[in-house]
Parts: sequence; C-alpha cells; structure tokens
Amino acid sequence: MQPARAADTSPLFQAINVSKSFGAFKALSNVSLHVNDGEFISIVGPNGAGKTTLVNVATGLLRPTAGEVRFMGRDIAGVGPVELARRGMSRAFQLVNIFPALTVRETLAVAVASRLCRVGNPFRSLRRDDVLQADAERIAEVLGLRARLETIASTLSQGEKKLLDIASAFALKPSVILLDEPTSGVSTGDKHSIMEVLVSAAKAAGVRGIVQVEHDMDLVERYSHRIVALQEGRVLADMPPKEFFADPTMLAAVVGTRPQTLRKAH
Amino acid sequence: MSNQSIDIGSETVVRRTVLRPNGLRVLLGLTVIMALLPFIASPYVLLLMLPFIGYSIALLGFNLLFGNTGLLSFGHALFLGVGAYTAAALTSKFGVLSFELLLLVATLMSALVSLVVGALCVRYTRIFFGMLTLAFGMLFHSFLFKFYYITGGDQGMRVLRPLLLGMEWRGGKTAFLTGPFYYYALLLFALLGLVMWRITQSPFGLHLRAIRENAGKAAYVGVQIFRMRLAAFVISAVYGGIGGTILAVTTGLADPELAYWTHSGNLVFMAVLGGSGTFAGPAIGALVFVVLQDFVMSITQYWRFVMGAVLVLLVVFMPQGLSGTVEALVNRRQGGR
Repeated sequence: MQPARAADTSPLFQAINVSKSFGAFKALSNVSLHVNDGEFISIVGPNGAGKTTLVNVATGLLRPTAGEVRFMGRDIAGVGPVELARRGMSRAFQLVNIFPALTVRETLAVAVASRLCRVGNPFRSLRRDDVLQADAERIAEVLGLRARLETIASTLSQGEKKLLDIASAFALKPSVILLDEPTSGVSTGDKHSIMEVLVSAAKAAGVRGIVQVEHDMDLVERYSHRIVALQEGRVLADMPPKEFFADPTMLAAVVGTRPQTLRKAH
Repeated sequence: MSNQSIDIGSETVVRRTVLRPNGLRVLLGLTVIMALLPFIASPYVLLLMLPFIGYSIALLGFNLLFGNTGLLSFGHALFLGVGAYTAAALTSKFGVLSFELLLLVATLMSALVSLVVGALCVRYTRIFFGMLTLAFGMLFHSFLFKFYYITGGDQGMRVLRPLLLGMEWRGGKTAFLTGPFYYYALLLFALLGLVMWRITQSPFGLHLRAIRENAGKAAYVGVQIFRMRLAAFVISAVYGGIGGTILAVTTGLADPELAYWTHSGNLVFMAVLGGSGTFAGPAIGALVFVVLQDFVMSITQYWRFVMGAVLVLLVVFMPQGLSGTVEALVNRRQGGR
C-alpha cells in the first residue's frame, strides 16, 4: 500500500469532532480522524483511551453524542452494521468472532452472498452458484486459507480463526476496513505473518483504506502510514510513525512507563 | 494502494463443496418405505402413519427455525391449530371441500398470522423468544376455547371429508384415509421435503445458519437478521399450517388441544428425539414418537410418565437425538471426522 496520493481530494472516511458519553463518563471528546485513499492508520493508546469506542462509533454501531461520522462523503452515524457493509465498510473484531459450526467456505459464502444479493430467493442453489463459490475461493486464496476451505471454523488454529474473521470482512469487498486488534491473542511469531497477509490481501482485494487498533508497537511502526494516539478520549497525536517514535514522551503516554511489559502482555 | 482489485468471478469454479445429501436421501427413503406400507401393513398402522406425516411436515418447518436459525419456539402448535381450524371452518361452515383449496387457505392464514406474531417474536432470542411464542400459543388456545359460537369451544369443530383433486371418495372413512388420502399426504410430505431441502441448501439457508452461529458477526457481513428470522418464522408456520390441516382431516376434528402448549412441547420433543442437527432427524423423531406413544398408551395408562422418562434419558445420553447419534456412530466407524 502506498501513502495517500495528492490527487485524491476528500478523505474516504472522516470523524469530525466526535464525542461519545456513557452517562457521566466521557469516552470520547472532540475526536477527529480521517482516512485518505490508500492509507493504513493505526489507532493506539492505553486501555480505556477510547479506541474501541471510536471504532464502534466509526462503524455505526454507536451513535456519537456529538459530531459527525462520514464515509465516502455520506453521514453514517448509527446506520447499523448491515447498511454499513452494503456501503463498503467492513470490520473485524478484537476477540475471535467466527461462525463455529460453519466451514471456511461457508463462512466466506455468507459475506459473498450478501454482497451479491443472493438471499432473496430461498430456492437458489448455493452449491451450484459458480460465481459465488469462485468468489469465496478467491478470498480464501488471498488470505491463505485455501487449503482449509472445507474445515469447520471451530477446529482452526487461533491464528487461522483470526484470518478467517478478517477474510470474511474482505469478502464484502469493502473500500475501508476497520480492524480491532487483528493480532490480539495470537503468538508473536504469527502476528507478523498475519499482518503481511493482511496488507497484501488488502492490496489484492482493492481495499482503499485500513484502520486498525493495535497494541503491538512493532507492528504499528512497521505497517502504518499514520498513527493516531488517543489518551483519555482525546487525540494526543496524529502523525507519521517516524515522528511518533522519535518522540519519547509520545511512547510513554501511549504505552505507559513500561512498554516492554505491555508488549509481553499481548 | 490503487483501485485495482482482484477480478472476482472471472475464474470458473475449481472445487465445489462436498455435501453429503444424507438428509434428503433418508427422507426420500422414508417416503418409499411409506409408499410400500399399504401393501403389508394393517389399516391400524396406516392410520397411525397419517399423524406421523402431518407432524413430519410441521417439523420440517419447525426445524428450519430451531435447527437452522437457532430459534426454539414453544408455541408452534399455534400454527397446527390455524391449519386445522381453517380446514374445519372451510369444510363445515363455508362448504368448501376441495383439499387443494384447504391447503392454499391454510397456507395463507398461517403465513398471515405468523407475519404478525413473528414480527413481534423474532426481535428476541433464546428464552425470550420461547416465552413469547408460548404466550401467543396460549392466547390462540384461549380464543379457541372461549369463543364457543365461532370455534365450538372444547367441542372443537368438525372437519368434513375433503375432495382430493376434485374427486369424491364414496367408500368408508378408513378406506379413504388409508387409501387416497394416505398417498396424497405422503406425496405432499415428499414434495415439501424437497422444497425444504432446497431452502436449507440455498444462500438464504446459509444466512439462517450464520444467524444461529453468531448473529452479532452475521450483521457485520451483511446478514439482515430481522428479515431472515421473520422469513424463517413464516416458512416454518406455513409448514405447521399444512401439517395441521392433514392432522385435522385425519381425525375429522379441529380440537383446541391441537393448539395447546403441551402440543407445542410434543413438537419440541419430536425434534429433540430425532435430532434437530440433521435434516431428516425431526421426521424420524415424529415417527418414533407416534409409534412409541401408541405402544406405551396401549400397555399403561401412565404413558406420560414413560414418555417423560424417555425424554430425560434422551437429553442425558443422546443430546444429539437419534439421527445425531447414528451419524456419530457411522463417522466413528469410518475413521472419524
């Protein structure tokens, strides 16, 4: 993925002065964030900084208390997941989120079927739908799950389950994909391979922007074009990784005083 | 990153899902055996097979909701009642005797009722869905019970012998039921079984299973949860209505007991007995239930006690039901899967 091109004018995704309160607790205050065409953005911050709330607001799951959320120039505040998927934004979750009893092929077919609008007729054959099946197979191929097509999702390894979750988000052929800690709960060795697969898959699938929440600073440094640091619901920094990691106060604020311990915790 | 994207769909399909159409085979095998049954079995056995056919059809629908979508209805007898009372009202009050017309109106009525009931119920899941469906079932039962002048109250309503394909049968009642009606109902069972098989093998069926597995995630991959659940509810209700029509013609009576909650419980029992995880399981469950109930009733008046004990043993030792257990045994013998 190359950084944003100057030719592209309006951002793909924009959160403008977003605030979100849960009762008296202010999870987000005046947060602004934008994603340009071709960008890979990492949202970082300590626990409770509002990262997941931001993703939830951004994916239309939560309606912001104040502010605007726009995707491809249209307001998406609170539109709900189905409509969001239709408009071209998809999401993978922090915790492994799969359909346990479905095979990899079926899992991907669920997303492909909704994208190709195949569910209106309950008598249409799933098995003989060559376009749909080929599509699901291509996604599996891209995410390195081809050999696992007929495997029941619950029997996959932890890393494969993560990939499957991400693959089903890709199967919607989204313009923007939001990943909430795509590598959490995965061994350090697998983290890099998952990220490599993810980035190349994004390229192959025509994903135009990635937003991820990530704790692992190695991954953040290596893959992102821009880092948005949150602290207590506010944007602390929005800068390229080079500048971000050059500033020791940033790192301390985001990962706490003992970055090594935190890294190990994940 | 540019706007290039992989050209999905241009490549021809390489490998297809290996689906073992076991469920359909079992169902069709069952149909063939049933079709041969009149040549060897007594009219008593054949009369016992009619409720089995009625229940099987209802359970094919019930399991779309329970086994596929993960919604356990405790009020499904409501739709058996709708089917039965539609048949009763049409034959004895409006003089409509065409069985095809009975089926058509029963289909429409159960679809209509389920659309309203379902729109309220499918917003909830698990125990809340179960309780709501139970409540609607009870509501309908009290309507049947209390509105004597419309429904005949506890007396029920007579269901006159219908015309099959416009033809009148001049013979006796038993000969009608074990002859033309038996084959008509069996054909209907096979046909509706095929249709249900298509439904479960469609992208629509896949979306239902996705909802059962993980509704939260399903929404994020574009599954329209409410609409899909409602569609499954309506389809299952239509199957219930058709099953109820067959039951009512068999007994010649639409009885409020048909819509009573214990009857809904029986449907759940049959589904669990046969195994809701497989396509033909619930039909097998209906068969075993009907035969077992008849057998136990013939030897003891404490048949409910025996049936209860069977249910307990079943849940403890065979949580997958009969078909699930058989499938597991076969798989183990074949080296496991």
